[in-house]
Amino acid sequence: MNLNFLEFEQPIAELEAKIDELRHVNHSSDEINISDEIAHLQTKCQDLTRSIFSSLSSWQISQLARHPQRPYMLDYVKLILTDFEELHGDRVFGDDAAMVGGLGRLEGRPIVVIGQQKGRDTKEKIVRNFGMPRPEGYRKALRLMNMAERFKLPVLTFIDTPGAYPGVDAEERGQSEAIARNLYVMSSLRTPIICTIIGEGGSGGALGIGMGDRLCMLEYSTYSVISPEGCASILWKDAEKAPEAAEAMNITSEKLKDLELIDTIISEPLGGAHRNIELTAQNLSKTLQDNLKELDQIPINNLVENRYQRFMEFGQFEEN
Amino acid sequence: MTWFEKLLPSRIRTDGRKSKHSVPEGVWSKCPVCQAVLYSPELERLMNVCPKCSHHLRIGGRKRLETFLDPENREEIGIELSPMDPLKFRDSKKYKDRLLQKQKLTGEKDALIVIKGQVKGVPLVTAAFEFEFMGGSMGSVVGEKFVRAANTAIKYYIPLICFSASGGARMQEALFSLMQMAKTSAVLQKMSQHGLPFISVLTDPTMGGVSASLAMLGDINIAEPNALIGFAGPRVIEQTVRETLPEGFQRSEFLLEHGAIDMIIDRREMRDRIASLLTILTHQQPTSPDEEPSWPVVIQDLDDETEVKNELHEDES
Repeated sequence: MNLNFLEFEQPIAELEAKIDELRHVNHSSDEINISDEIAHLQTKCQDLTRSIFSSLSSWQISQLARHPQRPYMLDYVKLILTDFEELHGDRVFGDDAAMVGGLGRLEGRPIVVIGQQKGRDTKEKIVRNFGMPRPEGYRKALRLMNMAERFKLPVLTFIDTPGAYPGVDAEERGQSEAIARNLYVMSSLRTPIICTIIGEGGSGGALGIGMGDRLCMLEYSTYSVISPEGCASILWKDAEKAPEAAEAMNITSEKLKDLELIDTIISEPLGGAHRNIELTAQNLSKTLQDNLKELDQIPINNLVENRYQRFMEFGQFEEN
Repeated sequence: MTWFEKLLPSRIRTDGRKSKHSVPEGVWSKCPVCQAVLYSPELERLMNVCPKCSHHLRIGGRKRLETFLDPENREEIGIELSPMDPLKFRDSKKYKDRLLQKQKLTGEKDALIVIKGQVKGVPLVTAAFEFEFMGGSMGSVVGEKFVRAANTAIKYYIPLICFSASGGARMQEALFSLMQMAKTSAVLQKMSQHGLPFISVLTDPTMGGVSASLAMLGDINIAEPNALIGFAGPRVIEQTVRETLPEGFQRSEFLLEHGAIDMIIDRREMRDRIASLLTILTHQQPTSPDEEPSWPVVIQDLDDETEVKNELHEDES
């Protein structure tokens, strides 16, 4: 089993392995020309990928959102921003490596960028705390947002977290208050905010940097109030029911767009963002630029009022 | 059985026995902390605080507001709202059925009750979570009712008090539920722009999405003694850090020590002390239980906000 592929992708992995093998044969012998065969297999592989990816279940998408090779915040920052300078610390307690923030330029335009960062290898995963911020992470984000308002810089947030860190120290330093304060401030921050979910949008930990004028999602990212496993173990009393829970909670970009809870879906290349990071970054950059252009047209008072009204409209209930 | 009873015809005998043993259900309750057996009507009179050890037992949302508010000038807000099932959510049970069951059990349409009224003559809007209604979880109706509570406070230029008791978000409403955190926090920001105080009273338990939004955003955060308050549940934390948690972790006293709340107030003193805090925040004369309310004006059907504002600030000049 190829660990770079998810379980449901294994047929693709097998086909790609076969193509690689043939390529190897092709190099070593000149007599047999098998390039036709390779081309044939490649088309077949494409078709297979397309057919698998055309009918992904919510659970499969949530696995893609957590794919070990999925691009993380800093991967995109490298590709779409220039002059990036990371800014550290909440000025109160410490610096949280699970939450990254800084200044940079998007196609020349100065911006503030904030996002959760996961780790790639074991060591980095621990340093980044698996992308689960502590209160100092949210307070650093808050400090940078206030700074963005002061210097009239738009805020771009990249959301990718299983959730805010559920630990003793996080509770001691007021995890609840840190998230609540961000919601409170973001609701009336006098500068454009564009939030994009690039992987996992885990509950309050995601929302803590997720209240903006626009909410975008990469195609195979998820946004949910609790992880499918968590929901399954509470409501079904069985974590194995996660696929059912994922379906029931409507966590995918497509379903959330239908429910009008998000604005834009940013398409990913065939097979997911990790199969072509450059192309994903291009799509992301374009969406951000387009949205910034739109938001620039709106006077700041209206922008803040529209944002407020948008939040007030969230929810479905009967009135009689 | 005595010799005299034996002599009686059996019909009379059974009747006598029956009446002797027919103690109505639920007359006695047990304090979960000191195990004292308490007479329920008496416990209710004491606002569910154990007279022996002062343990604060949970109290229903409506009961809470009834004991907190003055009897005069009450007006319930948001009774027109009832929950929907936007996702047709179904786990082991349908969300619709769960709602019906809880509505029957509690007599409430959803987990938040909002009443505009007065405390010791000070007009205000109060909201209280009903924990028995799906763990006081915050769905669309709770969020909308809270927003209407805040908007009522803005309209009449009066403070807002919220008694929270909630497990957090309502999973059956999925992301709609999460968005209520954004919604309720945003309306509190609006309230503060109008210069109106919001006092948050955190009661047992206040966790998850409710603590990470409206409940921690009070100008003054108050907790009842020994209430469980936090972001992540103790079990989740235990599973994450793989160690047993220290005693008193995530209790009110722990939060006070770590600077998350301003004070802990005994339920029996809640009325007096909140009324006093409000009169200070709004530049009013102090209230006292013996006097007539010092802030008797309850403005009915007044749409002009500025007019009300002037009236309330007369004392300042």
